[in-house]
Amino acid sequence: MEWITRNLPYLMAGISVGGQYALIAIGYTMVYGILRLINFAHGDIFMVAGLIMVYATTVMPIYMAIPLMIIVTVLLGFLVERAAYKPLRSAPRMSIMISAIGVSYLLQNLALYVTGGLSQQYPAIPWINDTVTVMGATTKRVTLITPVLTMILVVLLVLLIKKTKIGMAMRAASKDFETSQLMGIKINSVISMTFIIGTFLAAIGSLLFFTNYTGVTPTAGAMPGLKAFVAAVFGGIGSIPGAVIGAFIIGICENIIKGLGWTTFSDAFTFALLIVILIAKPTGLFGEKATDKV
Amino acid sequence: MSNKTKMAWNAGLIVALLATLFVLEQVLPSGSMFFTVLKKGAIYALVAVSMNLLNGFTGLFSLGQAGFMLLGAYAYAILTIPVESRGSVYQYFDGGIIQFTVPVPVALAAGGVLAAIFAFLIGLPVLRLKSDYLAIATLGFAEIIRAVFQWDKLGPITNGSNLLRNFPSFKSVLYPFVVSGICIALIVLLINSTYGRAFKAIRDDEIAAEAMGINLAHHKRLAFVISSFFAGVSGGLLAMYQTTIQASMFKSAMTYEILLIVVIGGIGSVTGSCISSFLFIACSEWWLRFLDNENLYIGGFHVPFLRPGFRKVVFAVVIMVMVLFYRQGIMGTKEFSVEGIKNFFQTRFGRKKAAEGGGSHE
Amino acid sequence: MKRRVLAVALAAAMVGTMLAGCGGGSGSSTGEESGSDSSAGTEAPAADGAGVVKIGVYEPASGDNGAGGKQEVLGMQYANQETPTVEIGGQEYSVQLEIVDNESSNDKGPSAASSLVSAGVSVVLGSYGSGVSIAASDVFKEAGIPAIGVTCTNPQVTEGNTHYFRICFLDPFQGTVLANFADANFSAKKAYILTKLGDDYSTGLGFYFKEAFTALGGEVIEETFQEGNSDFASYVTKAKNEGAEVFFAPVSTEAAALIIDQAAAQGMTIPMMAGDTWDSNVILNAARGKDVQIYVTTFYQEGGNADFDNGFKGYINSDPTATANNGGDDTISAVSAMGYDAYYVALEALKAAGSTDPAAVNEALWKINYTGVSGSITFDEVNGDAVRDTAYVKCANTESGEWDFVAEQGVN
Repeated sequence: MEWITRNLPYLMAGISVGGQYALIAIGYTMVYGILRLINFAHGDIFMVAGLIMVYATTVMPIYMAIPLMIIVTVLLGFLVERAAYKPLRSAPRMSIMISAIGVSYLLQNLALYVTGGLSQQYPAIPWINDTVTVMGATTKRVTLITPVLTMILVVLLVLLIKKTKIGMAMRAASKDFETSQLMGIKINSVISMTFIIGTFLAAIGSLLFFTNYTGVTPTAGAMPGLKAFVAAVFGGIGSIPGAVIGAFIIGICENIIKGLGWTTFSDAFTFALLIVILIAKPTGLFGEKATDKV
Repeated sequence: MSNKTKMAWNAGLIVALLATLFVLEQVLPSGSMFFTVLKKGAIYALVAVSMNLLNGFTGLFSLGQAGFMLLGAYAYAILTIPVESRGSVYQYFDGGIIQFTVPVPVALAAGGVLAAIFAFLIGLPVLRLKSDYLAIATLGFAEIIRAVFQWDKLGPITNGSNLLRNFPSFKSVLYPFVVSGICIALIVLLINSTYGRAFKAIRDDEIAAEAMGINLAHHKRLAFVISSFFAGVSGGLLAMYQTTIQASMFKSAMTYEILLIVVIGGIGSVTGSCISSFLFIACSEWWLRFLDNENLYIGGFHVPFLRPGFRKVVFAVVIMVMVLFYRQGIMGTKEFSVEGIKNFFQTRFGRKKAAEGGGSHE
Repeated sequence: MKRRVLAVALAAAMVGTMLAGCGGGSGSSTGEESGSDSSAGTEAPAADGAGVVKIGVYEPASGDNGAGGKQEVLGMQYANQETPTVEIGGQEYSVQLEIVDNESSNDKGPSAASSLVSAGVSVVLGSYGSGVSIAASDVFKEAGIPAIGVTCTNPQVTEGNTHYFRICFLDPFQGTVLANFADANFSAKKAYILTKLGDDYSTGLGFYFKEAFTALGGEVIEETFQEGNSDFASYVTKAKNEGAEVFFAPVSTEAAALIIDQAAAQGMTIPMMAGDTWDSNVILNAARGKDVQIYVTTFYQEGGNADFDNGFKGYINSDPTATANNGGDDTISAVSAMGYDAYYVALEALKAAGSTDPAAVNEALWKINYTGVSGSITFDEVNGDAVRDTAYVKCANTESGEWDFVAEQGVN
């Protein structure tokens, strides 16, 4: 019992942060699956979602601010795709990736300008921000909700992809981009839909993440973004369950490492894991064998 | 124009450049931002060209530049901090365990060599990866190197995560120009050698290159190691320019900056990288600073939106526009050449100007 | 072939010529730029034909220490508004503040410092944060411009320098005060120390606290966190598990707000202690309504000087930008008082020097004796550090959101 009380907080923090990474990682993995693009700006969209919430709650009640935040974030994700990635669709992959880095740079600097470079206090959302005690360990309720909510959203997403027409189009596009176009799939709307789903989940993720870690800074999205990307690669890029499991593994390992006192290496560990998986099994845990590996 | 005259032209231009800098240094006040930009620009030019060697000429998309600069900077600093000030620099580690110094050029080269050794080791596993997987793996390695250098168990050597300082730095703007100039010249020589042609072949089509008998693994590793060597040297120069360094400076944001410089200059153009690094540094450090000024008036008109941070927004927008609409960058894959300028002047200003230009460079 | 190679190599180096050419041209236009900058001062020059003396303000306005830096600048701006002119060598000069943002970053700092040098300032004030001060030290040294450290408490800032002065106390002193306080008030035998990697202020103060605390027979657990980390839950857990009796976290306000929030969420009841950075309304806001105990040491206690308090509050409330820069309310941070004092020390030095020449100001600074709102300021002869022997200990009142005065403490 004593042992549990001592170590449960690490595990809870790990599972909770893992769930938040998972929600971001889905955005990476879906976009990569279709466009073969590491959307470096995804982490920053996550940060912007946090900022929108901060500013929205200053003028309206929370129950209105949450849907507004989600809508504006999704719109932003959509616009970024249209403005910065769509014009480069025929360009080499490196150009799109550089464009993504550019968008990330722009969003961070915009946030710096708007906030004046100061950390913004995230509004306390009632109920999920309350403190609860589990087996002698105290934490915020959001820690417990995150994994549950994440699983529900993932199940819904998988259903969407497996059962609906747009889901089928997405699967087709990620299998073979050119051929799916020939088959009459409106590729642009499929891609837009992918971005919309990705940013929607990132917006939910930001809600959970910033309720736990309440400071929003212009660079707050960079590290979670990068880690979520690693999670996506770890689980096998293009695979949604893979990304989710990868995210949980990374979240938990990271907290165990901190618990062991190796805090200097908590970020480095994530990258070490990435390199090991890239070298040992480049397709990740659940990835399908890619055909273009000549 | 014959090769001989071309060489004479170029030699003349270099002498003229260095002389101009020397004169400017005597004339302008030494605190001017102009020199700050030139110093930093020259250093960034070197690292941008080294990245271009990899990304532009060999087609290996690597994002590890900041990590290699870190290695160079640390090697330089650790080897040159005077023994008598080690006690105060390594104050938490009893003066550290390294109690000797080496001359500055040796330390710079050692920084390059250390970076090259690491590149060789890292390259063994990661160079098998393709495009963006390679990018993300090298980015990861840079982050790991940064974490290791911040580890307090290594403190007696690296001073943990604390600042390294008191090492020799340069005063004159000529120093970074000469060092960077020599290194860039070496890279250009490499690019134009048989190795360089092999690199370009790999970039254009790996399979075809292999079929032509080019050893892919060997050449990729060579490009990676050489590029890292020069990144290490530029890291050492950067340490000299900054006068203090610490591991937390070398974040992935630094790599992104260098990548943007390369893209703006034109992927595959050495001179493009040089030009764009000066422009980039001048814009970010100097020319746009007035945008941060809250109370800017133009003839009684209070310019709106200006407050600290606006400079960076404008800068980011400019970069986005470049990336989206001028994908070729400033130079594309072309190079800046004497002939080019001569033609330019001749067509624009006729013969008189060209003659005048020739006169001033003798 | 070889020749062509060489030609290209030479051409590469030649690129600089072009830039040197056009750069030289724009070099002359620097005058215009700094001319437009002159309206940057908080107050338009009030002078009728009088000269202008520029004081550089090298402070963070963004990044980790942005909140504190802005409050420090507010103190200077208020002082500048109060006394916009100074008599130097029998002539009236209007004082103009040249403010740059060092972005709390050791690598952006030197460039920001160069831009001050290029603007031709006579003396520099700053910075909040020790690392950036150390990083820019050589830039000022080379330019022969004296700098007055306002709240950079790490000894390395002034050590061995004749151009860097400082008006606040140092970390060996502050660390000892805090360790004594923990020992005397909480009879703590085990302390948890959390510092940020690569932050000289944080590492330094943590180190001196540990030295003093272990000298008193205490035991410490040390941990560090990386820049950009926002998950402090595991650190709080560790402190609880190890049975620490005080939680010492000399970190920036940005991280502090997160630590307080997560400590409260995990029900950590041991007292949290920190140095001068935590004396900020950011901390008060983060702690309001939460079950935490927070003790800080600082330079100035609100109520120490009624004139300054009232005047400063009036200044903050009169200007919405100033209110925003102060974090949205009119709590007086010690750093604002220090910024205010630093400005007057600079004016004293300018008067004593009788000239706006940086070298003369540097000479004059050694002999300054000025009594400011935060106490008397004289510089010792070795490093140019202010002679300070008291620190104020404050405790955050989590109900009213104000600081409660606890003690005035020396090292004896």
